[in-house]
Amino acid sequence: MLQLGEVSMLLAETARSFRHQRPAWKDFLAQLHFIGVKSQSVVITTGAATGMVLCAQTYLQFHKVKMDTATGAVVSIGMSSELGPVLAALMLTARVGASMTAELGTMKVTEQIDALRALAAHPVDTLVVPRFLALLASAPLLTAESVVVGIFSSKLVGVHLLGIDSAYYQANMERYTDPPDVMTGLIKSFVFAAIIAVVGCHKGLTCQGGAEGVGRATTDAVVAASISILVVNFFLTLFLARMFNG
Amino acid sequence: MIEVRDVTKSFGSQQVLRGVSLDIRRGEAVVIIGRSGGGKSILLKHLIGLLQPDSGIVRVAGEDLARMDERSLLRVRRKFGMLFQMAALFDSLTVDENVGFVLRREGVEPEAEIRRRIGEALDVVELPGIGHKMPSELSGGMRKRVGLARAIVYRPEIFLYDEPTTGLDPIAADNIDRLIRRVWETLHVTSIAVTHDMKSARTISNRILMLHEGRIYSEGPTSDILGSSDPVIHRFVNGISTPQKPE
Repeated sequence: MLQLGEVSMLLAETARSFRHQRPAWKDFLAQLHFIGVKSQSVVITTGAATGMVLCAQTYLQFHKVKMDTATGAVVSIGMSSELGPVLAALMLTARVGASMTAELGTMKVTEQIDALRALAAHPVDTLVVPRFLALLASAPLLTAESVVVGIFSSKLVGVHLLGIDSAYYQANMERYTDPPDVMTGLIKSFVFAAIIAVVGCHKGLTCQGGAEGVGRATTDAVVAASISILVVNFFLTLFLARMFNG
Repeated sequence: MIEVRDVTKSFGSQQVLRGVSLDIRRGEAVVIIGRSGGGKSILLKHLIGLLQPDSGIVRVAGEDLARMDERSLLRVRRKFGMLFQMAALFDSLTVDENVGFVLRREGVEPEAEIRRRIGEALDVVELPGIGHKMPSELSGGMRKRVGLARAIVYRPEIFLYDEPTTGLDPIAADNIDRLIRRVWETLHVTSIAVTHDMKSARTISNRILMLHEGRIYSEGPTSDILGSSDPVIHRFVNGISTPQKPE
């Protein structure tokens, strides 16, 4: 509960920072490159692998009841609203969240955070805000990329490997995938991005001890952010379903 | 200029400061001495608001730091320049970017003025032309001098030095001491250092405070403290681990 309170305080301080200080755009762009550009291979691979496996598993079950052509619809909805955002977020937690915690944690234990404060700079303005904004900007795009690649690769597997009729595959996918499915995924990716950034930065800024402390904080950050994403995903699914379906 | 009253600080069950009181006047060069792990660096961090006391008052130019939040403290900290024990240079930035950090953050213009002041600060610490290097390419002594340049460049009123000569060879340590002395004399600033290096204390201070068992045990002019016959001070200054037996 104490940790939850501290993370909430950091989120509030991040919001307050916009009133006090213009974001450091140079740092934001550097983070955007690190998070947005360099995470692409990870989320594309994840999306492709998930799309292919989901297609194969769905086909194997649906084939028993002669519903082969519905495979595309299931993959499309599953990828857009659930698997795409959740798996992309988990991969970003492992790659970006861990890196944030390790970097800020190392700065903390080598007194660089204290030096920043002594130089009259607020660590939230200087370190947290650029990372927070870059994740918020990158995560929806990376999620969309992951979903598109997942759907495309599922179609390759479905049509060329499993022999599903291409026209029916496409038609059913378009027929059953609605804009709310896509919106659900994008909204989730925003929320997950905020969780990764705030948890990662909080664990780094509160890190204690030497190298061991940084290692422990990094592990804690990945575990805490991953579990938070999975728990929040459940409630977001219920909330957004109610919001979009009335 | 700086007033500390009955400051206490504990970490878990360990009480580090047990009611520290001291006064530092504008333009003084003060050194706080004491055993390793005795709370000197903790006390120094209280003076700039990097740590908040459990109880007591820390007043800088009339403002009580203990009652201020982090954002209000930023304004007060602008009066300070601090050299950390391991220099604490930002390892992702070049020397140039480290030294010019505050100037760029405060939007000093034009860029040529920032470059001129960075060059000036690096000249003062006798490290011209190393602006392009990364901190990892520097020796311990050079890192401390760059740390000093980073503090000098924005002309603060108060300089804090946390163990400025720790980890340096005698020549490099003497170099740092002379720089600290020169900064104090030429910029007419208030200088506060914590150290257990008595040679350094003799060079960079005109007053010494001794922290012992969480309190200010004694204070006075440098020569008086270094020549004191008080057993606690004498043993510390002369590095005697146990009381000498009478002959």
